[in-house]
Amino acid sequence: MSLAVLADAALVLLVLGLALWINAASRAFPAVVGYVAFGLLLALAWLRLSAGDVAMTEAAVGSGVTGAVLIAASVRLRAAETEAPPLAAAPPALPLRLLALLLSGLVTAALAGLVLWTTGPAPSLADQAVQHLPGLGMGNAVTGVLIAYRALDTLLEKVVLLLALMGIWSLAKDRYWGGIPGPSRIQPTNGALILLARLLPPIGIVVAVYILWVGAAEPGGAFQGGAILAAMWLLVMLAGLRDAPAISRPWVRLCVTVGPAAFIAVGLTGFALPNGFLSYPDSIAKPLIIAVESVLTLSIAVILGLLVAGPPEQEP
Amino acid sequence: MMLVGNIATVVLVSLGAVFFLAGTVGLLRFPDSMTRLHALTKADNLGLGLVVLGLLPQVDSVPGALKLVAVWVLTQLAGATVTQLVARAVWRGGGRS
Amino acid sequence: MTEFLLGASAFILLMVAVGLLRVLRGPADIDRVMAAQLLGTGGIAALLLLGVATALPGAVDVALTLALLAAFAAVMFVQSGGPGGGSS
Repeated sequence: MSLAVLADAALVLLVLGLALWINAASRAFPAVVGYVAFGLLLALAWLRLSAGDVAMTEAAVGSGVTGAVLIAASVRLRAAETEAPPLAAAPPALPLRLLALLLSGLVTAALAGLVLWTTGPAPSLADQAVQHLPGLGMGNAVTGVLIAYRALDTLLEKVVLLLALMGIWSLAKDRYWGGIPGPSRIQPTNGALILLARLLPPIGIVVAVYILWVGAAEPGGAFQGGAILAAMWLLVMLAGLRDAPAISRPWVRLCVTVGPAAFIAVGLTGFALPNGFLSYPDSIAKPLIIAVESVLTLSIAVILGLLVAGPPEQEP
Repeated sequence: MMLVGNIATVVLVSLGAVFFLAGTVGLLRFPDSMTRLHALTKADNLGLGLVVLGLLPQVDSVPGALKLVAVWVLTQLAGATVTQLVARAVWRGGGRS
Repeated sequence: MTEFLLGASAFILLMVAVGLLRVLRGPADIDRVMAAQLLGTGGIAALLLLGVATALPGAVDVALTLALLAAFAAVMFVQSGGPGGGSS
């Protein structure tokens, strides 16, 4: 057995074992830490499958941003966990859990069977996708699919992000609507954190722009760049150097909508051209795509940052 | 020249791996949070640092090498801050178990 | 050389994964955060080794992303009295 196969097998076992343990963990916080570690291992697995864009997104969004949200949530739930049983919900009965295990196992077995026992290569459009990339000025097939071939999906995803943000805002009490996220303003007292929040964001911004730019030819793109920017912004907010903005501020509203709006606007102008909605005229395809992606990155950064910041809990 | 580079890589990466081993053993075996933190920082700084140094001879472009060093510097920065934060948390509240 | 780098990558990954036992045992939550931090750094090292060994496009970029986000979980935990967190 070659070393690579052994290493891959070890990774798979690790991922499965960790997933089982996370489900069996009795308290929320250890499970969340396990989840952050799980995201990291999953990113490695994606890389071994040559899916660089997914790996980067998993590392930045799945493990980083989502991990941050879950950590904050589990810290909040600590009080509820130590409550007496009537307040904490009872776990589902054993037969139900066994049924869930059985059904999940069946689905896994069916998928594994499909993958392992079909002969011949799977039908794929990869060749045709790669064929048309030079016309768009792209080298990265994934970005080509996201922005050009299946642009409608990407647009809808960004709208879904916006809807998720509005869903989180709707959790606010009436009198806090339009207010500032978080229970209290953070005072900048932690020297080490302030230093990090001053040194890291400039570097982070440069790296985010680099990842956005390189996404045309290598793994990267708008989503990953936006996630890095969001993390930098959150770092500054958590250190207390800047307060979280009141969600009724015009610039907040503008930033979260300008990305999807620009995408829709570019798409609508496609009606003036022979190919219809979301088609790009060949001559200006690349600059147009870059413009849309840049604006999208800004929106994604602000949306993700506000998602982690949470619903408003202070008066505006 | 190639040979010297390869020997350097093997030696430095192996040393780095040893520090990661030491960091893990320390994290699992040391008696309390502060000493475990000490073990963690050894893996963070020396482990990753030696691995990056060992990989430098294997990269054939200057931007590639600079990227590796940048990863190390950023991890150092983050690791140093996390060490301070964790130490403060342990000092104040016993880690909120 | 490729085999050696791959082997080193797998070894480091295994090491820090074993360190995850601290998430299981560690009496305080702060110990669990430390274990996650170790996994993050080890993951970066494993990624760099993998990227140089197999010339995988983007591995070093993923490591760069991880390095930027490395402190995030720990900072979130420690500062969970502000945006995104609640008083416990």
